[in-house]
Amino acid sequence: MKEIVTIDAKDILYRELNAKLRQVVSNGTQKIELRNVYGQRYIGTDLDKPVEIEIFGTPGNDLGAFMDSPRIIVHGNAQDGCGNTMNNGEIIIHGHAGDILGLSARGGKIFVREDVGYRAGIHMKEYQDKKPIVVIGGTAQDFLGEYMAGGIMILLGLNFKEGERHNTNFIGTGMHGGVIYMRGEVQEFQLGKEIGVTELNEDDYLVLKKLVGEFASYFNYNTEEILKHKFIKLFPLYLRPYGRLYAY
Amino acid sequence: MKTYLPPKFIVERNDSRCIRCEVCVNQCTFDIHSYDIEDDEIKSCEENCVGCHRCVVFCPTNALTIRRNPLDYRENYNWRPEVIEDIIKQSETGGVILTGMGNDKSYRVYWDHLVLNASQVTNPSIDPLREPMELTTYLGQKPDKVEFKSDSLELNTDLAPQVKLDVPVMFSAMSYGAVSLNVHESMARAATEMGTLWNTGEGGLHPKLYKYGDNTIVQVASGRFGVHPEYLDVARIVEIKIGQGAKPGIGGHLPGEKVGAEVSSTRMIPKGTDALSPAPQHDIYSIEDLAQLVYALKEATNYTKPVCVKIAAVHNSAAIASGMVRAGADIIVLDGLRGSTGAAPKIIRDNVGIPIELALASVDDRLRQEGIRNQASVVIAGGIRSSGDVAKAIALGADAVYIGTAALIALGCTTCQQCHTGKCAWGICTTDPRLMKRVNPDIGTRRLSNLLRGWSLELKDILGGMGINALESLRGNRLQLRGVGLTDTELEILGVRMAGV
Repeated sequence: MKEIVTIDAKDILYRELNAKLRQVVSNGTQKIELRNVYGQRYIGTDLDKPVEIEIFGTPGNDLGAFMDSPRIIVHGNAQDGCGNTMNNGEIIIHGHAGDILGLSARGGKIFVREDVGYRAGIHMKEYQDKKPIVVIGGTAQDFLGEYMAGGIMILLGLNFKEGERHNTNFIGTGMHGGVIYMRGEVQEFQLGKEIGVTELNEDDYLVLKKLVGEFASYFNYNTEEILKHKFIKLFPLYLRPYGRLYAY
Repeated sequence: MKTYLPPKFIVERNDSRCIRCEVCVNQCTFDIHSYDIEDDEIKSCEENCVGCHRCVVFCPTNALTIRRNPLDYRENYNWRPEVIEDIIKQSETGGVILTGMGNDKSYRVYWDHLVLNASQVTNPSIDPLREPMELTTYLGQKPDKVEFKSDSLELNTDLAPQVKLDVPVMFSAMSYGAVSLNVHESMARAATEMGTLWNTGEGGLHPKLYKYGDNTIVQVASGRFGVHPEYLDVARIVEIKIGQGAKPGIGGHLPGEKVGAEVSSTRMIPKGTDALSPAPQHDIYSIEDLAQLVYALKEATNYTKPVCVKIAAVHNSAAIASGMVRAGADIIVLDGLRGSTGAAPKIIRDNVGIPIELALASVDDRLRQEGIRNQASVVIAGGIRSSGDVAKAIALGADAVYIGTAALIALGCTTCQQCHTGKCAWGICTTDPRLMKRVNPDIGTRRLSNLLRGWSLELKDILGGMGINALESLRGNRLQLRGVGLTDTELEILGVRMAGV
């Protein structure tokens, strides 16, 4: 059994907390519990080992920024900039997340049980086997997947009440790579000019089955139930959306 | 559509000198010259000539002359040839006019209106050839005061990370993708040899150059291309790029054609896709947000490296700079109106931003007034052409300068402004594997090191003439400057007295 190190984060500033985390992780600890987290920033940054960190409370902005390898589980909500420029690792949030979730992420996975703020997945990019993945259980604010250059984003809308739907506007504006899967319909006016909508094929369902399966296992959902509902696939129409803008 | 654009240049070939060796044919990347086997003659199609003079320099018999096409339209100060050509271009394409290099307009170059002092009679000048002369500069946050241990000369104060420069001239951010890997290698090696730094720009760092990490500034810009833990780890300084003098407020589009296999691996994006750098960094909408990214990078590097923030010099630079320092930047960079670029909309390059001399003077003043000048080093960029400009910049208050265009000129650039085409005949601003061989990194390193060596010697001469033996004594020492041909307002902003007073 893994040894669990518990840190009480009450009344300590982020710099001290993160220094403590660095020290604990360098000692070879593989599992850490953070109790009483009240808005401390940059948790998970510069740890660079596959350590598991369970957070009880509310971590601050830039959770897992520039992160490489750790697995973070948040029992609460995450704030803005979660997974900012993340390289590898996993963030699982049992609650909501703020704006710019996964900004410029290059790898790793983020699972959010509830809703996310503006510009989620902005400018995520992929290269060879590095492919960032964001799965959102609820819905998102505007500019979802803006400038998206790679990776997979899934929006499930599981927490809708009767008659509710995704009210996200400007979806995929400037998107030129990657794919967004949405459970439920969106109107044409909600989409950016640079993206197209299509039905899913078998390969898409294989991807969904795997990723939604992971999501469901973290948050106690039934994968089959989720996948019964109709999904749409949003994809970039052009690899070079602004290629024809210039006079030479 | 028949183009109404006249050729900009005229190619003159002295046929009695031409030996038909076809060097010009092979060197030109704009397909101007061709050999006509039937007439045994080299012909030139001038329409596409950009005036880069590659063929002129490489013609073994000096048979070629490239002249500006005089374009003798009816004289009109308002409707100049450039204005007419731009309108023609847009009426034929409907596009945004792209260009390369820095602002080429006749805005006042204040360096040319500032003169330096020298010692005469009342204090002796120093001969730098025989006496020690120090150009050493430390970049980084300086403490408000230092305390020593009571029994020794050891510091009792914790210092923020400091970076030592043997010469206060660094190579400005030019991304791999905009310039070739050989240019990056030349800068990295020259910086290492001369004890200064070079800057990766925002296109990532090729693993081949990791070994020069101690002399490398890595950039984190809005596209976050190639930013990963190793990139941050190998660097000496991490620079957050907010803006660039050539295109304040504008993002960047590295066209898909320039994203080949190697560029794609360094930027970490698929081959052939446009590398889009958004105009803002979407995690920075305020000074508080900037502080957040500054400290995110300090956390990511465990407080071992200075974090630098670069902005374009704009109207409110002084207030913004104050905010940047308060946001925790260890170094701030101001890039002026004449700062260069690999590609920018011409209308932005030529019309947005302010001259670096005025920005520097007002920023240095503001930080002093607020008592926070020691909290960050100030580096300037944008149009530094000589050691004279460097000395004047230091006297106005800069800690160090960046050079971009001057470094490229050392490598062969003739400022033909075709960087955005990727067809650079000098092999600098291109990713074409055939063209990039034209910059040999061994020779490139020598040319750049030589330039810095020459400037260092000249800086020492300038200092010696003033009777000063350390650059530190010139820093912010505006009494060593006088203005010539400037208005009272200009003198006031520069904090410099009129020559003769």
